[in-house]
Formats: sequence, C-alpha cells, structure tokens
Amino acid sequence: MDALFSQLFAGLSLGSVLLLAALGLALTFGQMGVINMAHGEFMMAGAYTAYVVQSLIADAGVSLLVSLVVGFLVGGLLGLVLEVTLVSRMYRRPLDTLLVTWGVALVLQQAARDIFGAPNVDVRAPAWLSGAVELFGLGVPRTRLFILLVAVVCVTALALVLKLTPLGRRIRATVQNRDLAETSGISTRATDRLTFFVGSGIAGVAGVALTLLGSIGPTLGTAYIVDAFLVVVAGGIGQLKGTVIAAFSLGLLQATFEYSTTASIAKVLLFVVIVAFLQVRPQGLVSLRTRSLA
Amino acid sequence: MSPAGTAERRGGAVGRLLTGERVRTLAGFAVAAVALFGVAPALLSDFRLGLLAKFCCLAMVAVGIGLAWGRGGMLTLGQGVYFGLGGYLMAMHLKLADAGPGGVPDFMLLYGDGTVPGWWEPLRSPVVTVVAIVLVPVALASALGFAVFTRRVRGAYFAILSQALAAAFAILLVGQQKVTGGTNGLNGFRSFFGYDLADPVNKEMLYLIAAGTLLAMVAIVRLLMRSRFGELLVAVRDQENRVRFLGYDPAAVKVVAYAVAAAFAGIGGALFVPIVGIISPADVGVVPSIGFLVGVAIGGRATLLGPVLGALAVSWAQTSLSEQFPSFWTYFQGALFIVVVAFLPGGLASLGGVRRRWRAGRAERDDVPDEVPARAAQAPTTPSETVTSGSTP
Repeated sequence: MDALFSQLFAGLSLGSVLLLAALGLALTFGQMGVINMAHGEFMMAGAYTAYVVQSLIADAGVSLLVSLVVGFLVGGLLGLVLEVTLVSRMYRRPLDTLLVTWGVALVLQQAARDIFGAPNVDVRAPAWLSGAVELFGLGVPRTRLFILLVAVVCVTALALVLKLTPLGRRIRATVQNRDLAETSGISTRATDRLTFFVGSGIAGVAGVALTLLGSIGPTLGTAYIVDAFLVVVAGGIGQLKGTVIAAFSLGLLQATFEYSTTASIAKVLLFVVIVAFLQVRPQGLVSLRTRSLA
Repeated sequence: MSPAGTAERRGGAVGRLLTGERVRTLAGFAVAAVALFGVAPALLSDFRLGLLAKFCCLAMVAVGIGLAWGRGGMLTLGQGVYFGLGGYLMAMHLKLADAGPGGVPDFMLLYGDGTVPGWWEPLRSPVVTVVAIVLVPVALASALGFAVFTRRVRGAYFAILSQALAAAFAILLVGQQKVTGGTNGLNGFRSFFGYDLADPVNKEMLYLIAAGTLLAMVAIVRLLMRSRFGELLVAVRDQENRVRFLGYDPAAVKVVAYAVAAAFAGIGGALFVPIVGIISPADVGVVPSIGFLVGVAIGGRATLLGPVLGALAVSWAQTSLSEQFPSFWTYFQGALFIVVVAFLPGGLASLGGVRRRWRAGRAERDDVPDEVPARAAQAPTTPSETVTSGSTP
C-alpha cells in the first residue's frame, strides 16, 4: 500500500512538472501551430531569474514569491520578442519555425553559459519548504507539494482566463477558426502576441518552480523540453484538459515504469506507449472536431 | 514540369541519351570523383584527410535528410538514432574482433560481469554486422514510419516523435552501461576487418571508402528523384491528399524515403566509427540529431548537392571555429539556423535560382526550392483552410 501511494505521488509530482513545462507550449502550439523549441530556454531564463532575484533579496521565501512574478514577466517578454521578431514572419511555415526557434535556443543557452558560467548554480529553498509533510503515512517533500500547487494554480488561472475574459474568448476563437475570428473583427495578430506572452510567461514560472528540485544550469531547458513536447502530442491541441490529462498520465506511467524497470528503459517504454496511443488517436487525446481532411 | 520534359526541352538537339542535363550531371560526378579521389589525398595531410573522411560520414546523414525532409517534407529530428545504430553495431563488431574469437571486450570486464550478452554474439561475424548496419536502421525506421504515417501523423507531430526517439535512444545507451559503455561510448578500436587502424595506408583506404560511399549515395538519390517514386515523393510533400485521391498510398512513399534516409545514416555511422575511433551517446542524442539539419538547410534542402556541400561546409566550419572559439561556434550555429531557415529557406542553392530568375525575368524551373514552404503551407491541414475543405456539402 505504501509503495502504491509513493508511486502515485511520484507520478503526480512528475506530472505536475511536465504540466508546468507543457502548459505554455500547448497554448502557443494550439493557437499558432508553432512549435517553440526555445520554450525550454525560457524555463531556463525563469530559473536564472530566481537565482538573480535571490542574490538581490536575501530572504528565500520572499525572493521565491517575487521570482514567480518576475519569472513570468521575463519569460513572457522573451516570448514576446521572439514572436514579434521571428515567429510572426514565419506564419504558415510551422516546421521552419521549429528550426528557427532551435537556433534561438542555442543562442540563449550559450548566452546563459557566458553570463552565469557553465557550472550549475543553486537557489536556496525557503525554510517553510524544507522537510516533508506526513500524508497517508508517507513523507512527502514540501517542495514537491509546492510545485504541484503552482501547477494547479497555473492551470486554474489559465482556464479561467480562457473561459471568462475577453482575451480568452479571442484566443479560443482564433484557435478554433482563425479566418472567421479575423472576419469577426478580432485582431489575430494582437491575440497571437498576447498568447505568446502568456505561454512563455508560464515557462518562466515553470523555471522558477524547477529551482526547488535541484541546481540549475544552461541546459536545464533541454532536459524537460522533449517530455513537454510529448505531453502536447499525446494531449492534443486546442484544449487545456488534454494537456492536463496527458501530463499526469505520462507522469504516472513514467513513475510506474521506473519502479518496475530502470529509468532508461522507462523512457523507451514511454515512447512506445505514445506511438501506440497515436495509432488509436492520431490527433491526441482531445482534439478540436473539424471536418477537414486529417 | 517533369524531369523528362525538362530534359527534352533543353537537349532536344543533342539527342535523347546525351541531353544537356545528363552531360552536366556526369561531368559533375566526374569532377567530384577527381576532387575526392585524386586531389584531396594528394594535397591533404593524413590528419586533414581523416577529418574529411569524418565529414563525408556526416554528409551521408545529410543526404538522407535531404531526401526525407527536402523532398519528402518529413522533418526528421532523430537521424542521430540511425547514425548511432549503424555506429554502435560497427563498434560492437570491432570490439568483439579486437577481443578475438570467444573473447570479451575490455569495457565489459570493467563495468559488466565479464560475459558477452547473447545478442552481441551474432556481431562477431563481419557479414552479419554489415547486413545489420543497413537492416536494423531500415527496420526501425520502417516500423516507426509505418506506425505514424499510415495514421497520418505528420508535420510537427512527426518531428516531435522523431526527436523523442533520439532522446530515448541516448538515455537508453547511457543507462545500459554494461553493454553499451554508457557515457563513454565504445572506443579504442585497433583493427577494421583485419586491417590495422593505426596504419596511415589503411586510414587513407577508409577515407576512400567513405568518399566513394558518399558519391554512391548521391547517385542513388539522383536515380530515386528521377524515377516515378521521386515525383510521388515531392507530390506527397506538396499535396498529400491529392496524391491519395489519385490512388497512391502516401504512407508507403514516405516510409520508403524515411527508410532510405535511415539506411544512409546507419552506413554513415558505421564508417564514422573506425575513422573517428569513438561513438558515444553524445553523437546520437537530440542535439547532434538537430545539428545534422544545419548543413542541409544551408546547402538547400531540396537540391541534390546542397545537403552534401552544406554538411561538408558546416562540419569544416565547426572543426576550425570551435577549436579556437567554442563559445562563438554555438552562437554561429544558432545564428545560421535563424538566418538561413527564416530568410533563405531554399538554402544557398536558391541564391542561384534568385539570380537566374532576376536575369531571365521569370521562374525558370518549378522545382526551385524556395517555393517549398509556400506550397507546403497550402496543405489543407493548416487551420485557415479547414473551413474551405470541410464545408463542402
């Protein structure tokens, strides 16, 4: 029973990390069909933001909360710059966008290496996040719970924004039918920019949250980006719930595989499972229904 | 315009067998052969020749990518997997051969329990190894390709899956240190099918093999692209559904192109091993897999020679730049991706087309590669067209 709960929690925890990494990606991919390979580097920027903020604000607790906000802005601004300078020019060339953003990712990684040095750096976790809490007779690290909380807050906030605000309505309209949205008077260009800002901002928040799990380095983003992409592919695009379900399913699956085999075999098994799953649902878990030729 | 039509128009006076285009191609191959087999060995030092041999191996992967991505529109971000499969198979054979009949490779004594696992045993045979170097990548590519292409998973989804494959493969190699050498990879080979690898003569032989193989691959791609298959492949890239409506199976066409690309990468990896002397997870993961694409993009993804020349140039630039300025090289590589793909999607090869059109005042050929993205974007999968194609009663 203990083993079951500990696996369950390991899966949930992994899933929450995946969700944070994939949430912004799903948003921009869903809206613009753009795969942003620099998304992982926005996470890395968020993580280094936490590092810089902590060097300015000594109190670890305050600096963490400030970092979450600043990280969102840093990630978002990077995304905005990327959208305005490159992505918007490459509208309708999604595969080329993927390669261009990979180039951006390389540059950002090297920039981080030159600015902060190649060795990893550490961000101190605040005292109220150290140690573990007892849940179902199981010691659960507070940092993991906090990341789960951040993920839940991000998803809820994003869902509310999408459902209730005018911006969310514009985003949903653009995702569902770009041309019709435009003829209805929505500036899809402005919507694209805002979506990219929000999506990249969430990457920044994810980066800040990841500093709680270990030391951070210039290649932090690449470690998570492939898994985040898999979440998006398995979850389908256009709706949040697909991403949420896919993130936690993949997290649980990976935890289970890792428990029964080794970490490296688990990755291979996960890949096989996803390819097999796409046999059943090529468009991912949740997809917008269209009558277009798939 | 079909290639046959082009040839007729251009060389009607010369006769059917010796059309202008054919003569130019033969002349091109002759020049390349003289440069690779005559000039390069005579002029370059042993060290430089070894580097060129390594670049040739990397260029083989690029030829395959040119076929799959440039002509077939499949953005494969995981060619490192096939490169690695070929490389590791060759490395395993060389390790076993160095250990002698019934012997155990040195690293297995170090990390493992000192016994050779059963699935390594067939690779003691040189014949099995050579066959496996081609067949294993082809089998994996066919299996993955068949699984995803028949279900019409494509575009970015396929790119992501191929990338995930590369990530999983590299992680697997690192994790199974007992049988793969882990992060260190496999290295320290002494002989290549009985030839001493330390002997400069044999090194030159390896170079000649690599250069010859590369030329042969270019010739194969040219043959493929001039066949009906080549026409279909480009058609699938541009309008997959129309090809389907004409009664062809686009998935089969794509699987073949992807498998050929995988075979090329596998052979490149296999030759890479004796030439460079090491293969490790760092050669096969996500980052090197995407790295293969730079040269292809720069040279011109949808041209015959663009991928080869681009890959050779990029490898050369990487070697000469990264030795002196490692940090600068990464910026440079990133900038290359951004500038070439965003602003010159046809690669440097399209510069000629731009100039030609400017001079002639019209598009001379309709396979000028800078039109690729524009036409690909008209595929009915883009969100903007879903209404048009979906609302037909």
